[in-house]
Amino acid sequence: MSRPRIGWAIALVAILVAWQAWVRLRDVPDYLLPAPTDILAALRDDRGRLASDAAQTAGEMLAGFAAAVGFGLVSAAALHFSTTLRRAVYPLLVASQSVPVVAIAPVLVIYLGFGLAPKVAIVALVCFFPVTVNALDGLRSVDPEYLRVMRTLRGSRLSIFRRVEVPWALPAAFSGARVAASYAAVAALFAEYAGGSSGLGETMQTATAQLDAPLVGAAVVVLAVLALALFAAVSLVERVAIPWARRAA
Amino acid sequence: MHAVSEIVVADATKAYGDVAVLDRVSLEVAAGETVGLVGRSGCGKSTLLRLIAGLDAPDTGRVTAGGAEEEAARLERCALMPQADLLMPWRDALGNASLPLENAGVDRRAARAQAAELFAELGLGGFERARSWELSGGMRQRVAFARTLLAGKPVLLLDEPFGALDAITRGEMQEWLAGALHACPRTAVLVTHDLDEALRLCDRVVVLTARPGRVACELDGAGPADPAREQAVEALR
Repeated sequence: MSRPRIGWAIALVAILVAWQAWVRLRDVPDYLLPAPTDILAALRDDRGRLASDAAQTAGEMLAGFAAAVGFGLVSAAALHFSTTLRRAVYPLLVASQSVPVVAIAPVLVIYLGFGLAPKVAIVALVCFFPVTVNALDGLRSVDPEYLRVMRTLRGSRLSIFRRVEVPWALPAAFSGARVAASYAAVAALFAEYAGGSSGLGETMQTATAQLDAPLVGAAVVVLAVLALALFAAVSLVERVAIPWARRAA
Repeated sequence: MHAVSEIVVADATKAYGDVAVLDRVSLEVAAGETVGLVGRSGCGKSTLLRLIAGLDAPDTGRVTAGGAEEEAARLERCALMPQADLLMPWRDALGNASLPLENAGVDRRAARAQAAELFAELGLGGFERARSWELSGGMRQRVAFARTLLAGKPVLLLDEPFGALDAITRGEMQEWLAGALHACPRTAVLVTHDLDEALRLCDRVVVLTARPGRVACELDGAGPADPAREQAVEALR
């Protein structure tokens, strides 16, 4: 149990040391590749700006993710209950995934303005798909023996949905939510690139233009922390909400 | 002998695709009778049970339960205990057993209370909050049996309830089932591939041929005996 935990820390330290050594020994200019210590310095010097950026981006991530989970679960249930709807909508849903978010982000900004709304919408759009598809797969993958036993035990359609299909689908829905959580940070970044006046994405854009690579690096570090935090939060909720899933497997 | 036939299977045939599973099977089970259904693996025992349960329809022939032929009516009269226990890991033992009561609209607390009474009777006391992975194979089958009983239907269809158990547990469970059927008498059909088990537990045993299943012969069994009486007889020997 403790071994792999130490393992990644050792790997991280090794990479950082090698990176630092490379930059210092080869005298790489910091606008090409900043040393880890330069990024650390940027984190410290710009902490006020980075903190308010992080709050902005985290808000977009959370709101978009929550909307995606809500809409995703409701859509999955609707697609599960209606074969007609599933046949009509599911292929379109899959096809919609080939439309790059980078392409629709500016359009959404035009529709929804420069405020919070288009960013939340973009994050929600990106996160919606994995939640919906995984939850739907979960609902549809129930062992048919369970459905038979429920019918013989006076189970109505609604009762089968509530007492068997939903709990059965929860582990799949949670893995969808974890994938979505890992997308949320990058989606928020896209959204801010497309039309943001604040947030980590906007800071990265400005810093890149000014060749301030250490600040870009610092923003990346903060964004990574946000992404990991959301992922960890979903995993934690999963462990608390469905403790049986790991045991029963 | 028996005036009322609870279950009537008349010339039932069933095929899945090109595979004939049941071939003109006829069978009657009287109300209150325990009938064993014996045959090799794949002879259509489970299929026959599914037909009786109302989960499937015969290709030709008739299947009735309580005089009614519609699948919904058979479903209403029969409770099927499947081969695998199929306990739900997201519910504790009591929650699994009380499932049919909750399905019938009984409030959760009342359903659990009712299941708890049965737990005491079936030797499951103390395991109310256990999860399926914490229970032994025998205990899981007991919970599954309690769940089937609590469906409150006149007919129990038991599909190889002890198939997955080791020999010792199996012996214990056979005794336990005999006691349970004695305590809560129902019309019951017990599917097994073990003739001895069927003869010990059932009033009558129907033997099916290899696939496609046909009735080969009928035998008289000992019937589910009162374990207390058996113990008394044992003591006299």
